[in-house]
Amino acid sequence: MVDVQSLPDQIVRDADHPRDSLIAAFGPDKPLKLDAGVALSPFQIAYTTYGTLNAERSNAVMVCHALTGDQYVAQVHPVTRKNGWWETLIGPGKPLDPARYFIICPNVIGGCMGSSGPASTNPKTGTPWGLEFPVVTIRDMVRAQAMLLDHLGIDTLFAVVGGSMGGMQVLQWAASYPQRVFAALPIACATRHSAQNIAFHEVGRQAIMADPDWRGGRYHLEGSNPRRGLAVARMGAHITYLSDAALHRKFGRKFQDRENPTFSFDADFEVESYLRHQGITFVERFDANSYLYLTRAMDYFDLAADAGGTLANAFKGTQTRFCVISFTSDWLFPTSESRATVHALNASSARVSFAEIVTDKGHDAFLLDEPEMFGIVRGFLEGARKARGLTGK
Amino acid sequence: MSTTINDFNAAKNAAKIARTSNGARVDLVLVSQMVTRGAKVLDVGCGDGELLHLLGESRDVDGRGIELSREGVNECVAKGLAVIQGDADTDLGDYPDDAFDYVILSQTLQATRHPRVVLEHMLRIGRHAVVSFPNFGHWTVRLQLLFAGHMPQTDILPYSWYDTPNIHHCTIKDFVQLCNAIGVKIEKAVALNAWGSPLRLNAPWWFWNLFGEQGVFLLSRKN
Repeated sequence: MVDVQSLPDQIVRDADHPRDSLIAAFGPDKPLKLDAGVALSPFQIAYTTYGTLNAERSNAVMVCHALTGDQYVAQVHPVTRKNGWWETLIGPGKPLDPARYFIICPNVIGGCMGSSGPASTNPKTGTPWGLEFPVVTIRDMVRAQAMLLDHLGIDTLFAVVGGSMGGMQVLQWAASYPQRVFAALPIACATRHSAQNIAFHEVGRQAIMADPDWRGGRYHLEGSNPRRGLAVARMGAHITYLSDAALHRKFGRKFQDRENPTFSFDADFEVESYLRHQGITFVERFDANSYLYLTRAMDYFDLAADAGGTLANAFKGTQTRFCVISFTSDWLFPTSESRATVHALNASSARVSFAEIVTDKGHDAFLLDEPEMFGIVRGFLEGARKARGLTGK
Repeated sequence: MSTTINDFNAAKNAAKIARTSNGARVDLVLVSQMVTRGAKVLDVGCGDGELLHLLGESRDVDGRGIELSREGVNECVAKGLAVIQGDADTDLGDYPDDAFDYVILSQTLQATRHPRVVLEHMLRIGRHAVVSFPNFGHWTVRLQLLFAGHMPQTDILPYSWYDTPNIHHCTIKDFVQLCNAIGVKIEKAVALNAWGSPLRLNAPWWFWNLFGEQGVFLLSRKN
């Protein structure tokens, strides 16, 4: 059994009042129309920005975060005190340099770091939404981001960048608002969630819902928290972000702080101890219901279905430049998925680059130090800058 | 396989292929001159992107590329070129009709599994095709087979028979026959000698077939 210490209800506070973030609040006059057929209103988006918007308002870059990411992309996380999750890519001298770009990173709708989600306060009741919060989709997230862009007075993004669920948002941006996206970088993602990935998500959700502390999603009201269920969901998911080779290289069959097996169900192996740690640290910063909502949003994602069954129609006539990147050992979003995206883009005569990077680090490679990926992102953005007529440093 | 492909790209770029005074490969300059300014171009087997770069700089084209080797692709994308990893034999079918003004196959025809199908796809996707290839009818090739009695190895065909990506060698004459067989119009043809200079324009085919080290063809659909 995973041992999870009781934690302060910081998660509920962060869901309404995130630290070190900007807030865009949308009142009753600006409802968010959801795919579920209802409107979310009022609602808010928490976001961070880096760099300065130029006079032409042409250097804005939207960074979309993955399932368990948030807006703290290039700054210390207020809960974990760890560095921003994509500081490998964003920062001075990095491919996304705040000296050149105005970088915007919003927390997704349904998230738990300040954008409206199930842990936020329902204005009608004054208590956390819980499962009363409407189910959201990737398209809803992007719709909300487009409203944020309007709020900031920015017409066109120079680029939209993201990996995994962030990559799904990038593809949705290109499909929903082609005229607002000059360049798109979908990394380690797909135009639809596969049956295997839906299956993994379902296991995670069942782990949360099977925790007696989940209380039918009303745990915030009843003073409990399904920490064990969420930790197990995280442990299972985390395996899918790595690879057999990476696990073997990192842990092999090594024992944790012991010479011999204990003939018990302690975390004898290093890999067990590592996964338990992943689970425990995750529940400090993430809301279990949010995890249900965001995994569901990914499951529903299917650009081809939205375009009448033909993926190429999702990008018909697009003028956006694309750079699709995949990783050889990613079995969650394997290269074949990226290749299908590229085929569809070719069929719509889009300007597309596609690179597969050799690594044994699995799906998580997009977050790690992958010099070849950085070279490709840099080169692609340089080419796009020239085409866009962006000058300066 | 990938080692062979990388060797193949290295050989395509080898110093032994003649270069102009400003360092550009003669055959690539010739290919680029066949492309109209500002055209939309697909370069099949684009290697490290030298031709795409040249076309962008000198002809202001909207260029895309397909390359088999991952290293080649990643190098191209890092240079800002729109290149995808793919195979001429299997991936051209994904492109819609008339997507490009020109589809180029530079020094790659002989390495495809189905040259005829590739050529047909090129002229379906593009209104024009430009094909350059090493001429297996060149006199040095003929002499090696005739007198030395072994598979020819030359500057632009440097491989041993057992370790070569080049599986469909052809002569200039063979290529002209293929064009006729599939109803392709030869708009322009040039043969280059071993120093990269074009042979006399009014020479008969047999002369080109004997003294041309490479053939460069501009093709279009007949109707």
